[in-house]
Amino acid sequence: MAQSGQKNKLQHHIIEEWRGKIFASICIFLLIITIFSMVYFVSSKGVSTFITNGVSLKEVFTGIEWMPEGDNPIFGALPFIFGSFSTSILAALIAAPLSICAALFMVEIMPKVGKKYMQPVIELLAGIPSVVYGFVGLSVIVPFYRNVFPGQGLGIAAGATVLSIMILPTITSIASDALSALPSGLKEASYALGATRWQTLYRTVLPTTMPSLLTGVVLGMARAFGEALAVQMVIGNAPHIPSSLFESTSTLTSVITLSMGNTVTGSVQNNILWTLALILMLMTFIFVFLVRWLERRARR
Amino acid sequence: MNAKTADKIATTVIIAIASIIVLIMAGLLGFILFRGVGHISFHFLTSAPQSINAGGGIGPQLFNSLFLLFLTMIITIPLGLGAGIYMSQYAKPGKVTNFIRLIVEVLSSFPSIVVGLFGLLVFVNMFDFGFSLFSGALALTVFNLPLMVRITEQGLAGVPLPQKEASLALGLSKWKTIKSVMLPIAMPTILTGTILSAGRVFGEAAALLFTAGMSSPRLDFSDWNPLNPTSPLNPFRPAETLAVHIWKINAEGLALDAAEIAAGASAVLIITVLLFNVCARLLGKWLHRKFTAGK
Repeated sequence: MAQSGQKNKLQHHIIEEWRGKIFASICIFLLIITIFSMVYFVSSKGVSTFITNGVSLKEVFTGIEWMPEGDNPIFGALPFIFGSFSTSILAALIAAPLSICAALFMVEIMPKVGKKYMQPVIELLAGIPSVVYGFVGLSVIVPFYRNVFPGQGLGIAAGATVLSIMILPTITSIASDALSALPSGLKEASYALGATRWQTLYRTVLPTTMPSLLTGVVLGMARAFGEALAVQMVIGNAPHIPSSLFESTSTLTSVITLSMGNTVTGSVQNNILWTLALILMLMTFIFVFLVRWLERRARR
Repeated sequence: MNAKTADKIATTVIIAIASIIVLIMAGLLGFILFRGVGHISFHFLTSAPQSINAGGGIGPQLFNSLFLLFLTMIITIPLGLGAGIYMSQYAKPGKVTNFIRLIVEVLSSFPSIVVGLFGLLVFVNMFDFGFSLFSGALALTVFNLPLMVRITEQGLAGVPLPQKEASLALGLSKWKTIKSVMLPIAMPTILTGTILSAGRVFGEAAALLFTAGMSSPRLDFSDWNPLNPTSPLNPFRPAETLAVHIWKINAEGLALDAAEIAAGASAVLIITVLLFNVCARLLGKWLHRKFTAGK
């Protein structure tokens, strides 16, 4: 009697364990399936522009004319690739020094003020939806540029400004994590040798944390590269390479956002947009590998 | 220049830049709230938008956003918990696990517009859910899942090892240990993270343009049968959320007071995200106090 009860209990435990294990495995399996099907669908759709529709690789990657309508459509996507790279690189260039200074302030110069007031604000800003950044860009930054510089105010400069504000919190929080993870012995040794604070920061702290700081910058840039709506609102959406920073242009994401709804599934006009999405996806891979490489450097 | 002067100059520059950033941030928040709050009224929050006339509200959009968030979280939380538990407890260290970790990282950094396109292709067209709340919720799940997995992993990693070992030593199965011993301890971290991720889902727009759609059918708020096409609870109807609405009226707003509506809706969005933030903090603190028996 007692033995069979124990057996039942054991069986109950084993069943419970298996149920849990199977549930967890199904969840992770679904996740893996999702990502593989995502990569598969986006690449197969993206590649079909070249295979089914016979558009040449050269035309897409080096052509500067974009005329998807008409009998003889031309699909030169270089302006969009240029737009995406220039806005995100410019945004990273603006945001990186600012956020590293903010992180230095938070961790090294005034840790109390930084931890108590600045960190919550930065975290909060990281949560502001991107459309709101776009709206602010449209109602503050674009009019400002319109008044100060020649042109409509829309363009790469406006896009990069909006994006740089958007990625500031991302870079700042990663940079401040990296700075506070630094063993204090390094700094103390430098101070003990009689170095001033700036000498310590410049010669010891910044060089040792450089890979982690760059990780933050790359992640920020990746976010800027993939951002769609905030950029679309302030970039102007003209399909050509601009001759100045204040001239209307487009990015990969803005073209997809605007045109996807107006094209028919399976048409060449639709497939080319998937090709642009494929470029976005490949860039994501590159960003992830860059981050991994930097993290490996940081650990050494 | 001697070292002391350089130190002073550098410190001044850093402090100056930090204060400029704080000013920009404060200006940003202040601008949105200052411009928008005046426009928020009960009427604005509850009435339907007008296409051309002034005086439209954001009622259906606000409802759609909340309902979509609810649907997304119902799908995301169990999946994310399960996958996170697998990654932190069942996965054996090795090449396969490293590979899974890598693809979760890749998934988390996909641009949301690409997730939206995937949703359009698979959920909207292939599974034939159409432009609907359900497609939107699935797309947002894809978008949010990696974060949820990471939150669960972090929470479980924070559980003291002796707790787990004591439970296993008492003869409990591994799953029972995870469910009844580790998850409750990890709950504050997981809950805080989940609420913060909910804020992110609430403001997401790019992934929804082509999945939940950019229009909202006329809703009958007295009809609560989820099967009726005009019922607000029907998950298979197209739905424009608040964030998508802000984008749309900025891009093609025809209403006379489009700018004011955008400002008001932005303020509502920001205030909601703020609320999520404050709730997450308070709840995390409260749970932490409750579970650790501290002061």
